[in-house]
Amino acid sequence: MQLTLFWIFSLLMILFALGVVSLRSPISCALSLVGSFLALAALFVTLDAFFIGIIQVLVAAGAVMVLFLFIIMLLNLQAEERRPVKLSAMVGAGAIIFCFIKLLAEVIAASPLLSRPIPLLQETATNDIAMIGTTLFRSFNLPFQIIGVLLLVATVGVVLLSRRTLK
Amino acid sequence: MIVDRRKLNWTERLYFPAILQGLAITWKHFKKSLFGKGIITMQYPEEKWDARLPEWYRGAPTLVKDEHGRERCVSCQLCEFICPPRAITIQPMEISEGDPWRKVEKEPRIFDIDMARCIYCGLCEEVCPEQAIFLRKDYSVIGLDRSQMVHHKEKLYEMGGVMTGLVFKWNEKK
Amino acid sequence: MDASNVISQFFSPAAWTFLKAVAGWFMSPIGFLVWTTLVKSAVLLGIVLGLVSYTVYAERRVSALIQDRLGPNRVGWQGLLQPVADALKLLLKENFTPKSANYFYFRLAPKLVMVPPILVLAVIPVGSSLFGVPITIASLNTGALYVLAISSISVYGIVLAGWSSNSKYPFLGGIRSSSQMISYELSLALSLVPVFMLIGSLNLDTIVHYQVEHGWLVFPFWPKGMTFSALWHPAEALNAFRAGLSLKHFLYWIPLFISFLLFLISMFAETNRLPFDLPEAEQELIGGYHTEYSSMGFALFFLGEYTAMIAGASAIITLFLGGWSLPLIPDGSHGWGWGIVNIVTFFAKVVALLLFFIWVRWTLPRFRFDQLMKLGWYFFFELAIVNIFLAAAVLTYIH
Repeated sequence: MQLTLFWIFSLLMILFALGVVSLRSPISCALSLVGSFLALAALFVTLDAFFIGIIQVLVAAGAVMVLFLFIIMLLNLQAEERRPVKLSAMVGAGAIIFCFIKLLAEVIAASPLLSRPIPLLQETATNDIAMIGTTLFRSFNLPFQIIGVLLLVATVGVVLLSRRTLK
Repeated sequence: MIVDRRKLNWTERLYFPAILQGLAITWKHFKKSLFGKGIITMQYPEEKWDARLPEWYRGAPTLVKDEHGRERCVSCQLCEFICPPRAITIQPMEISEGDPWRKVEKEPRIFDIDMARCIYCGLCEEVCPEQAIFLRKDYSVIGLDRSQMVHHKEKLYEMGGVMTGLVFKWNEKK
Repeated sequence: MDASNVISQFFSPAAWTFLKAVAGWFMSPIGFLVWTTLVKSAVLLGIVLGLVSYTVYAERRVSALIQDRLGPNRVGWQGLLQPVADALKLLLKENFTPKSANYFYFRLAPKLVMVPPILVLAVIPVGSSLFGVPITIASLNTGALYVLAISSISVYGIVLAGWSSNSKYPFLGGIRSSSQMISYELSLALSLVPVFMLIGSLNLDTIVHYQVEHGWLVFPFWPKGMTFSALWHPAEALNAFRAGLSLKHFLYWIPLFISFLLFLISMFAETNRLPFDLPEAEQELIGGYHTEYSSMGFALFFLGEYTAMIAGASAIITLFLGGWSLPLIPDGSHGWGWGIVNIVTFFAKVVALLLFFIWVRWTLPRFRFDQLMKLGWYFFFELAIVNIFLAAAVLTYIH
């Protein structure tokens, strides 16, 4: 059951991701990205990571992509024009992609973290919100706080920069 | 014009008191209407305006006859000319020899008012020198197609009836 | 000879084993879960869609009564069959697509508006339990967040409708909608944080059960240990009331009440109801994003909007107004009669809140767009954050 769902949603995700790069109209691209995010959220949910899945929908699909769509519509971006395909560019891109995948495979194969099997979650410990909370505030408290400060600084910076009259 | 906007004090700036006041007002109306009081809707086909129409109401235009049963219209075509949506079509006809009203000279052969076009402005009534056309109180003009919306002469006289007095010039002896 | 033997005579042996296997699957844990969930979903969908059509009717009648008119009262007794007539009319109209519209997105948009509010209903506990089966379709640990996440998805339908119509008023409606939704989702989500802090769970079932024990969050002064029999013993009742009216309760009532107001008002904005109905704004945008739609496309927008209203009302009731609970009424574990009473209670509350939504709509004028954004970003957002700190302070003081 879980495996079938995994295949369905990962296929959907890849299809939508292909849509993002191959579709011509910016609106279609943005919506494909939303679809991809939703499929990713579904993948999280099949792994019992409800919290991450829902945050994925809430933040990425519900807020960030709405803003993207908003901006695309406001700028009235037109569909991209087709350009002639250059052979040299294709060969170069293929080489880069091959190198990247090879590198990734090497790193994954060499990583000690991924070589040993990860223990399953206990059936009782499925309250993932509490788990994430305790992990964030116990084990990673300092990085978490630093990220918080960083985001605050970024927000203040954005407000300052986007004011109409700079004095 | 410069609108003088008063500075709101803090209770007014909270808006909540005003919102509650508004809710109270609508609630009052709701409660009153719920028990059937204060409702101004007229249940149309059952209740009608007829009895309450004001004197100056402008309904469908009609033609009238005088006290002798003579058509008042003399086919001068002023109303046809002034009608803004050109709803009126008149074809004049000479009054035949031997008719007691021969001196009037003309009467309409055809007098059509297209009620699909009529805008009930009343200009025809105002312009008529013979006071032959009147806007009466009929407001419900119904037809299933365009041809049924055209009022012909007979229909117009039927709706108009008889109007006495007003114009005497044709009555005097020669 | 028992009943199953009698019945088995009517079937061939192969069919009988097949039937027994099907029955076995229905009673196995997974099969039981599947068919009860399907039944629950179907019944809930039926109730909610029926409620939607009568909400439209109620909107027309109530608005008429508020304005000293009568409203639709011809089709059936007091116009009660009006929704049927409306649905028939919408079904029979031509489903028109403007020539300059983007056909695919133009047709997709109404569906995107319709689906999310229905999905939201999946986590709402509309009742306690019936015959030992919990009524909630999906009791998620992240239920409250799920509500927020899914309702934030519904903006896509509106934005797409505005864009794909390729017409200026719908476009303005779509743009307004996206900026409005983003602004009010913030205060919507942040206003709930004090609730989570107090209860310590995001599961809507847990939140309702907390309210059953401690009183509704909007008014947490429920007498402790109050029962039916205590009503006839004044001394006992008085004691219970005293236990409920402590300083502790009063202290945490303050942030909760602010939360409630914030959530309620943001919900008005999220469901595009007046005074926040800028995306539609009949008077300035001629209906906004659904101007170009006719027939079932328009009907789907209408259904989506009113379903969103019902989903929003359900969320408010579940989080702040005690869900299916009513003081002194036991839950469904005391017999199926009580289970049904609980469900009826929930929908009665939904209807009451919907009437409140309608009442507000026909009372208040619309905001100007800059006022709307200012209210969201300069006032509600800050108030929600301050409220979180207030709740934290109160909770530290109490513990």
